[in-house]
Amino acid sequence: MVPRDWILAAIVVTLLAVATVVGQLVQRQPQLGLNTAALTTFNRRVRVWWLIYAILLVAYYSPTLTLVIFCAISFEALREFITITPTRSADHRALFWTLFIFTPLQYLFVGSGKYELYSIFIPVFGFLFIPARAALAGDYKRFLERVAKVQSGLLICVYCLSFAPALLYLQIPKATAGEAPRLLFFFVTLALLSEAFQFIWSQLYGRHVISPAINESRTWEGLIGGATSTALVGMLLHMATPFPYLWQSAFMAMVIAIMGFAGAMTMSAIKRDRGVRDYGTLVEGHGGILDRIDAICFAAPVFFQITRHLLGAG
Amino acid sequence: MFTELILTSLARFLSGASVRWIDCQPDTCQRVYFANHTSHLDMILIWSALPHNIRRLTRPVAAKDYWDRGPLRRYMAKTYNALLVDRKEIKVHQSPVDVMLREIGSTDSLIIFPEGGRQTGETVGEFKSGLYYLSKKRPDLELVPVYIDNMNRILPRGEFLPVPLLSCITFGPPLWLEAGESKIDFLTRARNAVIQLKEND
Repeated sequence: MVPRDWILAAIVVTLLAVATVVGQLVQRQPQLGLNTAALTTFNRRVRVWWLIYAILLVAYYSPTLTLVIFCAISFEALREFITITPTRSADHRALFWTLFIFTPLQYLFVGSGKYELYSIFIPVFGFLFIPARAALAGDYKRFLERVAKVQSGLLICVYCLSFAPALLYLQIPKATAGEAPRLLFFFVTLALLSEAFQFIWSQLYGRHVISPAINESRTWEGLIGGATSTALVGMLLHMATPFPYLWQSAFMAMVIAIMGFAGAMTMSAIKRDRGVRDYGTLVEGHGGILDRIDAICFAAPVFFQITRHLLGAG
Repeated sequence: MFTELILTSLARFLSGASVRWIDCQPDTCQRVYFANHTSHLDMILIWSALPHNIRRLTRPVAAKDYWDRGPLRRYMAKTYNALLVDRKEIKVHQSPVDVMLREIGSTDSLIIFPEGGRQTGETVGEFKSGLYYLSKKRPDLELVPVYIDNMNRILPRGEFLPVPLLSCITFGPPLWLEAGESKIDFLTRARNAVIQLKEND
């Protein structure tokens, strides 16, 4: 690792350590009268953050292993998605294909670094294959609806998410050592921070709920305050990015915040329609993996495409 | 031992199963677990959902015509310590209920699927009378209803490739045959106990 990476790693570890210690200490002090449920959620989140940064460390040394990890996350997220969206038994074979053929192949193509292949594989081949396979199974009931469910699951959980590790395979001109892993670090850090910022701003100044029928906790104040804060942190992290100009870091941070918000709202809408609170409701006590990655799923492809354009990368 | 570990891990992975015990605790007392039946994996799934020490004492009842065919199935049935019952030829004094009671002695428990065969999964089928006769001959057995959710989507009837969605196994409160309860009343009550777990989500 070059010195600048050591500095970043040190900052992250320090912040996480502080969050862990504070979280644990406060939890042992019931006389403070804080909301215990929120505290438990916070401590659980901190553990997830440790895990995410451990994965990013893996990304620094082995892009291949990172792909395997992300492939497993996609697989798990997709099975959660399909579990709560009703399909019929005629969709069985199409589902088998999406989980066992399209998912690993997409990550294999990302790993091969062939942008022209992995950027169209699912939108063209997967998109057309699923309805054709379902039609062959000979059940026309609610056909379009069923097909759309499988297609959406595959696009959101696999195609979109795969653009996060694809950042490691981006051919950045005149790249220095560790440029690609730092880009992934920038992306993931800001995605996590923007969620936290939006939550804090909503809690402190939230007045106008954007869409109470979908999500009662998302407010305009949270969105605007969160996106602005994220953009500021993006500027602070400019030295970690390959972007030549400061405004580009700020702009990309803003993009991550807004797309993350869009992802969370979309997934909330799906959950509301199905009448569940978390994707992992079948497992009692904790939200599913899809609840953790909904923001990243939406932000990753947009971040990837704009970055690719800004840097003139291949 | 090793095969057991592989097969239970595989079953867990394929079903992503979460296990819930509602008003019922895992126990080594003699029980009959009765469940709805939609896929070949059901037997393995309930068996692997039980804690290890209880699993040792629990025997799934399975159809001989299916599990006795081919060396692999025979081997798997042996791993689960399955009690194979002949669905086709039922002899006098060798009725499945008698065989089951003789095999479990005074230590083991049973897993049975009283619908008698796999269903499509949307509804719970009518129960066969075996459960009633088991309870009538051994009123001390605890009858535990089990509902397996979503397995019909993981491995539907007629498919051989499983799609690993998430399923859920719910164990409900035990019931017993009431004094003077008729066969039809009892079977309806037992079936409703399973359906109750389905709606208990």
